[in-house]
Amino acid sequence: MNPERKSPDHTIALVTVGIAGRDFGVPLSRVSHVFVPDKLSPVPLAPPEIAGLLNLRGRIVTAVDLRRRLDLPFRVGGSPMVALCVEKGGELYGLIADEAGEAISMSPSRLEPAPANLDARWTRLCAGVCRLDDGLLTVLDVDGLLDLTDFGIAA
Amino acid sequence: MDDLLGEFLAETEEQLDELDASLVRLAQCPNDAEMLRNILRVTHTIKGSCGFFELPRLAKLAHATEALLCRYQDGAPMSAPGVTVILASLQRIKEILAVLAQGGVEPNGNDDDLIQAIHGLVGYAPSPGAHDALVRQKESERGDPEVEPAPSPVHGHFDALERAWREEGAPSTAEFLSFRDQSSHAAKAIENPDHTVAEPQATTDHQASDIRIQTVRVTVDTLETLMTTVSELVLARNQLLQIASRSNVPALTAPLQQLSSVAVELQDAIIKARMQPIAHAWRKLPMLVRTLSAELGKPIEIEMFGGDQELDRQVLEAIKDPLMHMVRNAAGHGLETQQERIAAGKPEAGQICLRASQQGGSIVVEVSDDGRGLDVDVIRRRALARGLATSPELDGLDDAEVCDLIFEPGFTTVATVSEISGRGMGMDVVRCNIEAIGGTVKLASTSASGTRFFINIPLTLAITSALIVEVSNIQFAIPQVSVVELVRVGKSTGRAVETINEAAVLRLYNRLIPLLDFATQLDIRGEDWPSVNAVGGTVVIVQVGAKRFGLLVDAASQAEDIVVKPVSRLIQPVGLFSGSAILGDGSVVMIVDPSALSEAVGPMEVRQGGERTTDGVKQDENRTPLLLFRSGSRGLKAVPLSLITRLETVPTEALEFCDGRDVIQYRGGLLPIVHMNTKDANDCTDVLPVLVFADGARAAGLVVDEIVDTVEVPLSIELMPQGRGVAGSTIVRDQAVEIVDAVYYLASTFQQQESGLRSVEAKFPHALLVTDSQFLRDMLAPLLRSIGLEFTVLDPTRETLNFKDAGSRFDIVVSDVEMPSTNALDLARAIRADFTWDTVPMIGLSSQPGPGLAEVARLAGFDALVGKFDRRTLKQALANWRALREEAA
Repeated sequence: MNPERKSPDHTIALVTVGIAGRDFGVPLSRVSHVFVPDKLSPVPLAPPEIAGLLNLRGRIVTAVDLRRRLDLPFRVGGSPMVALCVEKGGELYGLIADEAGEAISMSPSRLEPAPANLDARWTRLCAGVCRLDDGLLTVLDVDGLLDLTDFGIAA
Repeated sequence: MDDLLGEFLAETEEQLDELDASLVRLAQCPNDAEMLRNILRVTHTIKGSCGFFELPRLAKLAHATEALLCRYQDGAPMSAPGVTVILASLQRIKEILAVLAQGGVEPNGNDDDLIQAIHGLVGYAPSPGAHDALVRQKESERGDPEVEPAPSPVHGHFDALERAWREEGAPSTAEFLSFRDQSSHAAKAIENPDHTVAEPQATTDHQASDIRIQTVRVTVDTLETLMTTVSELVLARNQLLQIASRSNVPALTAPLQQLSSVAVELQDAIIKARMQPIAHAWRKLPMLVRTLSAELGKPIEIEMFGGDQELDRQVLEAIKDPLMHMVRNAAGHGLETQQERIAAGKPEAGQICLRASQQGGSIVVEVSDDGRGLDVDVIRRRALARGLATSPELDGLDDAEVCDLIFEPGFTTVATVSEISGRGMGMDVVRCNIEAIGGTVKLASTSASGTRFFINIPLTLAITSALIVEVSNIQFAIPQVSVVELVRVGKSTGRAVETINEAAVLRLYNRLIPLLDFATQLDIRGEDWPSVNAVGGTVVIVQVGAKRFGLLVDAASQAEDIVVKPVSRLIQPVGLFSGSAILGDGSVVMIVDPSALSEAVGPMEVRQGGERTTDGVKQDENRTPLLLFRSGSRGLKAVPLSLITRLETVPTEALEFCDGRDVIQYRGGLLPIVHMNTKDANDCTDVLPVLVFADGARAAGLVVDEIVDTVEVPLSIELMPQGRGVAGSTIVRDQAVEIVDAVYYLASTFQQQESGLRSVEAKFPHALLVTDSQFLRDMLAPLLRSIGLEFTVLDPTRETLNFKDAGSRFDIVVSDVEMPSTNALDLARAIRADFTWDTVPMIGLSSQPGPGLAEVARLAGFDALVGKFDRRTLKQALANWRALREEAA
């Protein structure tokens, strides 16, 4: 394998999103599309984290509201949102954030495990914390986000 | 698992399945050369491949079986033990393959029992032909295949086999050539001059393999992807159409129409690609029946008709087990023992019959046996013992309702669990499985001469018709198959929701229908029932199994064909939804699972039978559901509800003019529209209520002014028709109602001429109408009544003969000659053969009457053949035959 092709292995690519005024990072390798949701169909009786269903070019995408998922203040109706399309187990999910930031890549050495005193709920959703020049960026764990069964709270 | 092995397994399984269907014939005509060749070919392929995959056990068994088969092919007479051993060996091969498919390794154990048996047979079979020598030679050359390393036996194997097969001319060489090419041994093999000679010869010899090349194995995933892509295309087209209609650019029209038709064609083609003949689902049944016959010690025969009817492969998979179970049931419980049958005067061998036919958008499979029928008393006792119903409840049920109890969970009539049936999968599971794919199963008839079930299954799961309803501005889809009708409720409609101890009910056709508020079920908001009466609402009457209930929604818009997609994993726990779909406008809806909703209604008394069509003679004189509507004049008009396929409201602007008539775009096609009231065709109203009539591939819409209601009344024609398009008048709720002759309005769009309707004063005391088409029956009923005929409907024709034998007399017989289930010509001959019937006039109805068919019909005994939609000629024929009979008398 040639050396240029090897370099991505040594950096972590993230896409940053803003949720309730905070910045989060999502591993870019998991994100297939970033799109603005149109016509979100709500699903009654579904867990509150499920924002609804979306049609992404003929495929049905289950939208997960990250504000709800991260226990942040609820979304105000009509406020802008953006969906990060990720795949898990053959199904498509849309992670709903307020706004998409930029794609960044960095050395893995700047990624650290989540601090021990982080909220228990976040610990399970957090893949680590990144030190950026202008602060800290929480990196989200996509599989954790999509596993709604790990909290006994709802039941 | 190794890809190559996977391919081998899939292919072998397919070949063995194909064999299954014909294996039973082997027992009947053991020396059928074609059959032997087929079995040989499969065993040979298996054996040939075993070397590559190092499957010694399989190789040994296949090898022995092949040796025996070769013997028979050389002309040795096949003995009964021979057939049994061959069948047993194939069965064992299948079992080994099944284990292989799971774990990739052969199961432990050996097949010495079978191999011994085979050797025994090979030992005494005469004619030591070339094969015998070959077999011996190979054995000595190879020694024990189990201990020999793979490469060398493969070589010897191929050399010997190819030579043998060139001599034999069996079409398998090409197959294992392909295996060889893929293997590393192939290179070596090709270097061998023997092989280079062999190859061209092998390919020219076996043209059969060319045919196979024309089919391509495609994974279901690929088809799914195609399906998704096409629905995306259709969606994009819909959006384009919307834009085009707004912008009004004429140049867009033609290409858009082109796009439309191409998209529809594409969709059809892909749906078709997923279809397989239903015979695939019942290929195993003859084998099963053979086994059952042996196990139970009863001679059983199975007949299957309509195996070429095509179904979506997913549906096919889903009905396999239920069909198998029903056949087991028929053999185990339905059919009597040989002695009992002889005592009852029946043929010794029990008959099980499967019959598939297409009816509209679904396939109907009839499963019947000529056994002893269901024992109502046993069912009653069992239901009581199982706590399915209490004694007083049972007393209130008639026999047909009692028989329906066999579909209840936990019901089984055998006391002990047997090999044959009663493995815990009762008829309730059959019903569950069939309902899971949107089908229905019901008991059609049972008597001492046999039992008949009807299974109704959708052609495809991928696309289904659903009613789109709205609650709190959220749309949902309800599978159309569960929707009985829509009812407007509220004070203004005269149909109010009533409450009994806070349980809401609706009175409909003198029955109390429990109501559910959909919004409450969805936890959106709770409905205050009195307010529904004030504001008004829509109730969807839903039928799930024997349960019928109403679902209150805010609005029910249209029925739409939707592409069903699985429900997301995160939403599955909700339980109320069975899938999701994308509508024509691009929005996503959840598909409601009606059976989950029905659980919310709570256990319902079994008596809610709904309309049960008890087969036989007397089903006719009952109540006829009518649709009441207004059009033109002040009075109410009515048309039999069963004639109408669907009720739609279309916006006036959707009406287009094309090829000299009005049409609307409907479900991807054009629906011709007939205005019942021609005066104000495109009047001030902005929506048009349309009654959609469909008969097979034909469909037409009748525009009326207003749809009023549906009622169920005994249909009696009070007044003879005065005008065209009227079949007669009757009284509904103390009002005179014109029964509209829908055929009069639709005949021209059904490409039939209709002119000069003259009232013929014919009077026949009693006519026999033989048809299995509800449509034809409904179409003819008003006509026959209007000319003063009493009539009896018989369906299907098999009952006719019994009925005839019972001594009933009719003055004229009118028979459909195109019934999928019955040959009307045979029926006519049978009637003519009976001396009490030989003078009865018989009129045949055909949708394509021509001189050729007319002659055939005449020879069979019909006196006249008339077009199904040619009412005038039919009336004339009826009148003429009356005259003829009077002359004769």
